[in-house]
Amino acid sequence: MSFPWAEHYTPKNPLMKWVDEKLPLPRLVYNAVGAGYPVPRNLNFFWNFGVLAGLALTIQLVTGIILAMHYAANAGIAFDSVEHIMRDVNAGWLLRYAHANGASIFFIVVYIHIFRGLYFGSYKAPREMVWLLGVVIFLLMMATAFMGYVLPWGQMSFWGAQVITGLFAAIPVVGEPIQTWLLGGFAPGNAALNRFFSLHYLLPFVIAGVIILHIWALHIPGSSNPTGVEVKGPQDTVPFHPYYTAKDGFGAGVFMIVFALLVFFGPNMLGHPDNYIAANPMSTPAHIVPEWYFWPFYAILRAFTMDLTIPFTGIVLVPAKLLGVLAMFASILLLFFLPWIDTSPVRSGKYRPLFRKFFILLIVDVLILGYCGGAPAEEPYVMISQLAAAYYFAHFLIILPLIASFERPDPLPGSITEAVLAKSGLTVDEAKPVAAAAE
Amino acid sequence: MVRILGALVGIFFAGMMLLSFLWGAIAYVGSPPAATAEHEFHEHPTKVAWTFDGPFGYYDKAQLQRGFQVYTEVCSACHSLHQVAFRSLAALGYNEAEIKAIAKARQVPSVDPNTGEPATRPGMPADHFPAVYPNDVAAAAANNNAIPPDLSLMAKARHDGANYIHSLLTGFRNQPAELLKKFPDSRTPEGLHYNPYFANLNLAMAPPLTAEGQVTYGEGQPKPTVDQMSQDVAAFLMWTAEPNMEARKATGRAVIIFLLFATVLAYLSYRNIWAGKAH
Repeated sequence: MSFPWAEHYTPKNPLMKWVDEKLPLPRLVYNAVGAGYPVPRNLNFFWNFGVLAGLALTIQLVTGIILAMHYAANAGIAFDSVEHIMRDVNAGWLLRYAHANGASIFFIVVYIHIFRGLYFGSYKAPREMVWLLGVVIFLLMMATAFMGYVLPWGQMSFWGAQVITGLFAAIPVVGEPIQTWLLGGFAPGNAALNRFFSLHYLLPFVIAGVIILHIWALHIPGSSNPTGVEVKGPQDTVPFHPYYTAKDGFGAGVFMIVFALLVFFGPNMLGHPDNYIAANPMSTPAHIVPEWYFWPFYAILRAFTMDLTIPFTGIVLVPAKLLGVLAMFASILLLFFLPWIDTSPVRSGKYRPLFRKFFILLIVDVLILGYCGGAPAEEPYVMISQLAAAYYFAHFLIILPLIASFERPDPLPGSITEAVLAKSGLTVDEAKPVAAAAE
Repeated sequence: MVRILGALVGIFFAGMMLLSFLWGAIAYVGSPPAATAEHEFHEHPTKVAWTFDGPFGYYDKAQLQRGFQVYTEVCSACHSLHQVAFRSLAALGYNEAEIKAIAKARQVPSVDPNTGEPATRPGMPADHFPAVYPNDVAAAAANNNAIPPDLSLMAKARHDGANYIHSLLTGFRNQPAELLKKFPDSRTPEGLHYNPYFANLNLAMAPPLTAEGQVTYGEGQPKPTVDQMSQDVAAFLMWTAEPNMEARKATGRAVIIFLLFATVLAYLSYRNIWAGKAH
């Protein structure tokens, strides 16, 4: 599962030799993220975000496990137990703010990671499985984050649980029984809170498991790179360690600075004030909104305001609410089909002039959707999100296959090394003595 | 096959969206949504320069003590503070004896040691501020059906909390004639009070701070104007909502300095390792 020129693990210390014979775990690590994994030499800083996502998950696991030691998953005291953590537990405020903002920064990192994959065509053959597992991780993250947001049992927790489980109630005939079954009651209550806590503790470990598969699947073809040209020889790669461990170390430092600024100087900036009001089934908040990282999808959900009817008969085929739910799920599930929808043989957006224009449009579009999803459900936000949602679906399902057929890509570099050396104005032949002198 | 099915799904959803948009746009142009009084007359809180703003923010203990005094003498008649323990008042600069006295002045629920009947006893530093009403029904009955909210977290439970509290407390006024002219149906109902900073403009709470000197501040303190008292109690409620803010910001400053240093080192080692390797 690696290139033939990959370095081999040769333990020198007798203890490590002994371990390697009994359980070759150090060898596994060496081949996964050590010198035994050759990586294209031209990765840019967008390739840091995979490791950063792993760091974010680790932060969430550590802070979450400690928070669970102090939190009480009981509808009667959950809200006060969170305040107990904030006031009476040693460094409890730090743990909770780190966990709450950790979720946000995890999503920021993962969104950049996903858009990097979209731009550089990382989802294309031979890395389809890496992409598919990535979408699975994204779905699991969304479920985990949603259930975590319910646990403080504030107003947005309660009404968020009501709205999101209510999505299932839109399914014809069996919808309402499904919602009741999911909640363990007719409204969010102690049963719902307990099962959400249980699953919120379970799912991160499932995510960790799928991440292992994600990395395993990645190591079979090896990492992609900004040119999208596959590795052709040893000169195209560097060993992961020390080259990319050093680069990721720097990336992790910048990540931690951004994270610390959020946690220490704006811990409630990304949250909603209503969640500092204890859950009250008798009082509905004026605007129920999920956490910011769900806003684009929430905008798609709310954009459907029209039932699908047979014209001039008034017979409703699909009610608007169900359409919204279907569209919201479709907006994520379509990512599973992306490797087969975009058939352009060129991976990197760098060499796809037409694709690049539409890609920028997609980023703007998702930002607009996000803004509208966080705004109240009134005009003009609904109309704007309708246009933006139309583009979202058109981009992935109509425009991408069309671009693949019509676009004339720019010429690709012959190899990664050629692309790298062209940046310093050299050709492969000229560079040989220079590179030799430098190394 | 995937692409044909995908395109059909795409045309369906995008088409439905465009149709909904057209429909909505026609409806919008045909009959634009009526303006509401809340939309036009609601005001955002005015900014106050707080000592706790910014990365070097701190609580002014004298101000918190004044705010606590306002809370005790005015707000606590209706509003509870149940997340706050008396012992934590040490952060306001009170000593142990003073905290004991503050706690003792309040009755907390207890059980009569002889009969087992519900009873009350004087508070102790470990107790939290007791509830004002025995339950929500009693609270609603005593307040024209509106339950006075607990104030422990109020400064974080509203957008721009401290500014909001200050603006709300100083924002009571007569309903503008212009509002009544434009929205004759939006007259403030009997028993409610007009306040442009409140989300729906009409608030059950009567203006709590009405006159200068309503609370008598100690020697050397600023004049207890309505504005001053409102600022003080807003600062106090910021503290009740975020009692660890000073520790948080101090830790944050140290963490940022450490991380900047570590990141510079990480950058140098990255540059060092990659030196001579074109990439």
